[in-house]
Amino acid sequence: MSADLTGTASAAGTGGRPGLVRHLLRSPLAIGSILVILVAIVLAIAEEWLTPFPPNSVQIQLTNAPPFTTDYLLGGDKFGRDILSRLIAGSRGAMVGVLIVVSISVVLGVVTGLIAGYYGKLFDSLGSWGAAVLMAVPGIIVLIALYTLVDASMEVAMAVLGVLSSPSFFWLTRTLTRGVKSELYVDAARVSGLSDARIVGRHVLIAIRAPIIIMTSFLAGTALAVQAGLEFLGLSDRQRPSWGGMLTDAFANIYRAGWQLIWPGLALGLVMAAFVLVGNAVRDALQGTYVKPSRRARRRQIVQLLGDAAVTRTLGTRAAPMAAGSERQDSGRPGQEPLLVIEELRIAYPRETDSREVVHGVSVQVEAGQVVGLVGESGSGKTQTVFAALGVLPEEAIIAGGSVRLDGRELLGLRPAELVAVRGTAMGYVPQEPMSNLDPSFTVGAQLVHGIRAQRPEMGRRQARHLAMEMLARVGIHEPKRTFASYPHEISGGMAQRVLIAGAVACEPKLLIADEPTTALDVTVQAEILDLLRDLQRERQMGVLLVTHNFGVVADLCDRVVVMREGVVVEHGAVAKVFHDPQHEYTRMLLDAILDDVAPRSSVPRERRG
Amino acid sequence: MIGYLARRLATGAFVFVAVTALCFLLLYVRGGEAIARSLLGSQSDAGPEFVAAKAEALGLNRPIPEQYVDWFIGVITGDLGRSFVSNVEVTAIMATRIPITLSLVAVSLLLTVILSVALGVGAATRGGLVDRVLQLLAVAVRAIPGYWLALVLVLVFALGLRLFPATGYVPITTSFGGWLASIFLPSIAIAIGNVASVGTQLRGAMLDVLRQDYVRTLRSRGISERAIVFRHALRNAAAPAFTVLSLEVIGTLGGAVIVERIFALPGLGNLALTSGVLGDIPVVLGVVVFMVVVVVVVNVLVDIINGLLTPKARVG
Repeated sequence: MSADLTGTASAAGTGGRPGLVRHLLRSPLAIGSILVILVAIVLAIAEEWLTPFPPNSVQIQLTNAPPFTTDYLLGGDKFGRDILSRLIAGSRGAMVGVLIVVSISVVLGVVTGLIAGYYGKLFDSLGSWGAAVLMAVPGIIVLIALYTLVDASMEVAMAVLGVLSSPSFFWLTRTLTRGVKSELYVDAARVSGLSDARIVGRHVLIAIRAPIIIMTSFLAGTALAVQAGLEFLGLSDRQRPSWGGMLTDAFANIYRAGWQLIWPGLALGLVMAAFVLVGNAVRDALQGTYVKPSRRARRRQIVQLLGDAAVTRTLGTRAAPMAAGSERQDSGRPGQEPLLVIEELRIAYPRETDSREVVHGVSVQVEAGQVVGLVGESGSGKTQTVFAALGVLPEEAIIAGGSVRLDGRELLGLRPAELVAVRGTAMGYVPQEPMSNLDPSFTVGAQLVHGIRAQRPEMGRRQARHLAMEMLARVGIHEPKRTFASYPHEISGGMAQRVLIAGAVACEPKLLIADEPTTALDVTVQAEILDLLRDLQRERQMGVLLVTHNFGVVADLCDRVVVMREGVVVEHGAVAKVFHDPQHEYTRMLLDAILDDVAPRSSVPRERRG
Repeated sequence: MIGYLARRLATGAFVFVAVTALCFLLLYVRGGEAIARSLLGSQSDAGPEFVAAKAEALGLNRPIPEQYVDWFIGVITGDLGRSFVSNVEVTAIMATRIPITLSLVAVSLLLTVILSVALGVGAATRGGLVDRVLQLLAVAVRAIPGYWLALVLVLVFALGLRLFPATGYVPITTSFGGWLASIFLPSIAIAIGNVASVGTQLRGAMLDVLRQDYVRTLRSRGISERAIVFRHALRNAAAPAFTVLSLEVIGTLGGAVIVERIFALPGLGNLALTSGVLGDIPVVLGVVVFMVVVVVVVNVLVDIINGLLTPKARVG
């Protein structure tokens, strides 16, 4: 019954944002919800003066009177009492119950969570065990027993419900507090001699208040539901009108006057919905809403921003495979043009009303058997360029223009299924960060086999296994069998990168695209991986497009180099020529960086690629 | 994996002892005399000596810890004591009720899993309308009490369209179709709330996983979209969703009490309610034992499944 809200609410992030109230007041749903709650509170406080009839007074002739026809505005119940008056009178019990549950649950959960999260150790263990026990208590049975066996009042039962739902707040507060506690500014506060109470009050509580508000409003809805549920079971003082009790009366009357279910149901639903919607509105104000756009919506957005051609390039055609000749080099002339041709490629990302281009007409060519370096700092668009060639750009990306041809075949605009067939067999991809590029749930061997069998459907499981094992040995893994059966978290970064290389070249692609293949590795391992790539390239005569920020790597491996900056190619040519006679100032700067023997971004090995 | 399992089982055992002790204390704390008097309540002429004799006969005068230990030893040996009211063995009373509540829990969990996967995966991969429906559902079920929905289901499908029986239970041994028809509506009423939370959780996890680096790498190897979604992404997204599901089981048991009442299913929830009214503490405790066992077993199962799904969890 203590519905878990931790997952949803903790995702709300920490920290209130200025303007939260203003944001809420702009949402009509939030205003409406707050009004509903305010009305319920006013009714609860002033119910004696607002009921048109005493809620328990009976007028026999109005038994089951239909709504809007008699003095009983919303009709009469099966005893001839005024439904409207009983609804108004029932609001007090409902709101008092919610208040009890919420205040006990919040105080208990937040205080224990703060202590456990801030002091850790024994407090943490005790609190966690206690929370685990409370969460396993069959709450509704306990509440039934309280009413029936212990003769508890509604207030006591709601207090117990408050205790039983406090673990949600405990977990939320504990997790958030631990997070805040490790923040640098809290460390600084501690070092500067602030007392624990001040730190908790000033830094921790401020950071966790928004998620707690969200969870509180959800709990208020749940509390109302549970309370009415118990009343519905007949576990309350029948003399006091209650919404749940009214549901029971109506349910008993379901064959004669089923409509009576509507009123108490509506009252409950409105107030519950109001609590939930306020919580939702706070959450949306903090983290925004995201509805994943459908394919059709994407299509519409792209057409609007950049026109029809961009749609086809980005999402692929809906029609049959492209007719020959619809693009210049589409048919028949492999060999006449380089293995990979990226031409005038433009990539954009949608913003609220327009789009922002990040790659502005980039052209790169890779001849068969040639190694081309694509150099630039982070944010220069080099990774975006190769992702476009591989067809693995992030979902939001739009290919605004240009062409990517492999062996003379246009890749942009292929249907997704056709593109799947090109990947792996014709192009292999070695990523930057080895550990995050292996699926943590499968053994190394299993994911290699999945890839091999996807590209070579004719291969049996055993054959694919054999090939994977062979590849592991080929990339220099000493105990292929053991690595094959290992999970990614059980192997080192260098080994993981070898595994990824094995996966990329297993099906003998003509083109290998490597995106900063050594950046995330230890310096000692870097050289080994580069050697391995060089050997494989020579052995298999692959074309290689090597993305790097490091001219040292270029000098080591590449035949040609393309220098990119801010989404534009600023210089390209044979490696020797560019090294000896760099034309562009930016190239000179990058070259100077290797002379100093400092990689421009070695200090930030894990930054996001752009 | 064995150490991991042992730790989970130990936690489960601790939770079981702690929860039953807590409930035991709560139910017996009024003292033997008060309990005996409420049992004798209907016989208004019961004098103090009758009350004392009744308390003595039921063993209520002993210290609560002693009573708990006795009761607990009984539980371990499969003896839940006898009803204060009918003197029938509690296990015998519960035996006919358990299949009904278990059917409800099992069918509603099955529905929850199927619908959550369909909606969660659909929302994360197709987006658009499916995503909107799921997000709307998530708000709606929080705002609509499950039992009110159950009442509406009765009104529309049972009384209005006459597609399902409104009340009553048909054992699965009598007729499978009849059994399914008798518990389908109540299971839907329970499942729909779970679907909202499990489905939203799964959607979020799927969206997150599909943006992971390894998914891009798997795509680059020419693995089909279907295999990526169902083989790789779903498996990685399943663990957090399962955790939410295990939390929902507790709510499901609670919801079953009310839903059993609405559909007049003679399950454990109804039993707890009637026994509670009669002051029949051993029967109520029997239901508590059953529920805690279900909760603990489901939690251990989910931990094991999560351990299998995410190899890294086995270490921690």
